[in-house]
Amino acid sequence: MSETLYAISVEVNGKPRSTQVPARLSLVDWLREDLCLTGTHIGCEHGICGACSVMLDGDPVRSCLMYAVQANGHRVTTVEGLAKPDGSLSVLQDSFCETHGLQCGYCTPGMLIASQALLDSNPNPTEGQIRDAIGGNLCRCTGYQQIVEAVQLAAERTTAK
Amino acid sequence: MSVPEKTSYRYIGAKRRAKEHPRFVSGRGRFVADIALPGMKHVALVASPHASARIVSIDTRAALASPGVLHVLTGEEFCANTDSLAIGVDAPKVTRFALARGVVRYAGEWVAAVVADSRALAEDAAELVEVEYEPLPHVIDPEKALAPGAPLVHPAHGSNVLYHRKFVWGPVEEAFANAEHKIAFRAVWGRSATVPIETFGVAAQWDAGTGILDIWASIQMPKFPDQTARALRLPGNAVRVHYDVDVGGSYGVKRGIKHTVLVGYLAKKLGVAVRLIEDRLENLRGGDMQGPDRFFDVQLAFDADGAIRAMKMRAVDDVGAYAGRSPFQLGKPVTAICGPYAIGAIEYEPTSVMTNKTPQEAVRGFGQSPTNFAIERAIDRAARHLGMDSIELRKKNFIRKDQFPYTIPSGSTYDSGDYHAVLDETLAAIGYASLVRARDEARRSGRLAGIGISTCLEPSGGNSAFEVLMNPKNENTTWMDSCLVRVDLSGSITGVIGNSSAGQGHESLVSTVVGEILERDPETIRVVRADSLTALPSNSPVGSRMAIMLGGAAAGAAKRIKETLIAIAAHNFECSPEDLEYRDGGVSLKGASEKKLAWDQLVEIAHRKFHKLPPGIEPGLQAKFVWEVPTGGALPTPEGRIQIYPCYAFEAHIVLVEIDPDTGKPSIRKYVCGHDCGVMINPDIVHGMTYGGIAHGIGAALYEKFAYTEDGQLASGTFMDYLIPSAMEVPGLTIVDHCTPSPLTTFGQKGSGEAGYLGAPAAIANAVNDALDPLGASIDILPMSHLAIWKAIGTRKGAA
Repeated sequence: MSETLYAISVEVNGKPRSTQVPARLSLVDWLREDLCLTGTHIGCEHGICGACSVMLDGDPVRSCLMYAVQANGHRVTTVEGLAKPDGSLSVLQDSFCETHGLQCGYCTPGMLIASQALLDSNPNPTEGQIRDAIGGNLCRCTGYQQIVEAVQLAAERTTAK
Repeated sequence: MSVPEKTSYRYIGAKRRAKEHPRFVSGRGRFVADIALPGMKHVALVASPHASARIVSIDTRAALASPGVLHVLTGEEFCANTDSLAIGVDAPKVTRFALARGVVRYAGEWVAAVVADSRALAEDAAELVEVEYEPLPHVIDPEKALAPGAPLVHPAHGSNVLYHRKFVWGPVEEAFANAEHKIAFRAVWGRSATVPIETFGVAAQWDAGTGILDIWASIQMPKFPDQTARALRLPGNAVRVHYDVDVGGSYGVKRGIKHTVLVGYLAKKLGVAVRLIEDRLENLRGGDMQGPDRFFDVQLAFDADGAIRAMKMRAVDDVGAYAGRSPFQLGKPVTAICGPYAIGAIEYEPTSVMTNKTPQEAVRGFGQSPTNFAIERAIDRAARHLGMDSIELRKKNFIRKDQFPYTIPSGSTYDSGDYHAVLDETLAAIGYASLVRARDEARRSGRLAGIGISTCLEPSGGNSAFEVLMNPKNENTTWMDSCLVRVDLSGSITGVIGNSSAGQGHESLVSTVVGEILERDPETIRVVRADSLTALPSNSPVGSRMAIMLGGAAAGAAKRIKETLIAIAAHNFECSPEDLEYRDGGVSLKGASEKKLAWDQLVEIAHRKFHKLPPGIEPGLQAKFVWEVPTGGALPTPEGRIQIYPCYAFEAHIVLVEIDPDTGKPSIRKYVCGHDCGVMINPDIVHGMTYGGIAHGIGAALYEKFAYTEDGQLASGTFMDYLIPSAMEVPGLTIVDHCTPSPLTTFGQKGSGEAGYLGAPAAIANAVNDALDPLGASIDILPMSHLAIWKAIGTRKGAA
């Protein structure tokens, strides 16, 4: 017995990816297991913790709550796609390092996706807007303080340019 | 030649980015679920739906016929071929295996394990395993479990009590008889845990050629390789645990020993690589990581001037259905049983009781945070009883800075501190007078508002002396840690450590410390992790111990390298080491700095020029250092007095909470934590752990609970029911640093891995009670849910 496969074409981190997947394969499992993009993490698989956040056409979504087939025809950005074209850290990634905005690193990819999506639409967020934007991403290490500082620093650095 | 200690540092205490960060922000961490082994198979679990039942039959035929299934393992096969996991206390009949055999003792207990080509196929087949149960009586409430005639969780043990002892240190009855005032109350700490965002995972691979079982796991557990080997009936050197696995948060709980023995057994039996990654329900319900579940009956005896004479504390802890290290969480608080207060006589009566709940495991603080909560509620209640300011009461009873080292009644000596100064600095930082005005203003405008204070200790340096205190057969008096420092032919330095990390920044710690001693840039120092067969001994990063123990060991090894370099120079200059000066890795003659051997030259001699090495110096350049815990090595006295931990950090929390009187919803308006953990090696890392600890404390105080129904079903098996505070619930936090160095450690550092968590629940509980006080209401049960607060308000409103 084998499962029925469905053809999908998804742009992942700027590269077109075409493949065939079973209907029940989640987007996060496809990214992690088939594309070996293991930067996106699985925390709860029911849409609460936000560790699996990726951008779908620029908006943060839970890749544990989507099937891979639903991403057909869309653009997906994972944490691996946040770096500058030369591979160096983005302003936001570097700011997380600077403020110690992470400890174990497990929620970090999701936090980066949520914060980058915020900064893309609102380059000068208030603290309240930052907390709101990361409010759907759980972190157990930092108490969020140094994550908020990281996003503030990234905003300052970006707008100062 | 002895190397003099410095009092000011080049790298220690300076802002420094963590070495670990770049790989995590770029998505290049290496967590256990990222490890793909060739031909790897996947495990799904069949769990018991009953809190207590006899297993009548298990039919695995349909599951075995399901696509991609290799094997379905049941308890009959597994328990016959492995040994019980270690039992900390003296209760040999309370055996514990990864799979149930004959009976199940909690809802969620694993009954069968399905191995298949993918996790999805394994889950498909797990649904086809048919288990017939015959329900048996169960007990969920710890007091009912203690009552005569209660259903026995382990009938062979003869009782539900795993451990009970009454310690009496000092003239307790006399103090109570003579005291002018007494209070008695019950405080309840609900079952919660630090619940990392990464669940537990393990992958294993058996190599029949070498006879070695390789294990990759998201582990934070002392003696993990040893226990795994023992349960699998393998010699210790047949199990190789790889520590170069990033652990996605732990805070004490990543003790997946049962998972590892299960997966190790399957990998060896089937001859394929096998992986088990818990899903969230398996993690919350069957992952053995729920924390203390404890009530305290506290009595305090004191005089009209606020001087505390004695305390009695009865602590009953519900460990659930099996015993691992969890009963020891009643033992660690012995080392700080009177908190920061000079209380001369103490009675402590811990009881560890089993119920039909998920087994408890170690959680951040190892039982200290619940104990601090009980002590700090007692302090606030005593102040209220006397009509005295609780700050004044605390200061009156604080151990004074001129009293250190100070030995408490239970036999532990506190190393250093200045509690009055830290509290004063915290009060100043929050602007206490204006905080009181803000509270009173809120009250005048019809809101409920309260200020909460807690002052408490963080024992650090993680010795394990509670093991021998609570089980004399467990004669364990050392919890060493180690480091190997190597300098290669190119002059590059590598630190080798023998543990995995869960965000504590151990690579940053070791590189900073080694750089400090050798005066080399920490940026250039690499830190790698050995596996358990090549590692020097470590007892893992538990008990706020690594700044002290790993930091001390790394410094010790670096000092040996430095001594070797100086000896090489002395030999070549034909002088005494005392005539030489070490700077930036080079060694020169004092007063004649042109006569110098630079780092590269010294390294070259050590590696290649044996003819220039002094007699007795090994060629190559490396040094190891294994460090026993400072103050370790002693056995308890017959009265149970013992030094458990060496160092004692102090924290003072002040918080303003407002409560919506219509909904009971609390909001934290202001939060300041004064913190003294001695010399901070990396302030950002210390602050980060403290912020995170406070957030954990907010969760334990207000939101998080592993709730069970009367039927013994876990009612909070998802993050929609088990509520973890988000950035909306955790407010902006301010930390005030104070530094009282420890006289026992290399640089004066103390531990800080549990900081924040140890005082936050108490401070928030005191704030909520201050807010409820004008209504005449109070709550001493954690978590103080919106509903519980709303009910307390409503009861009083109705009574009024």
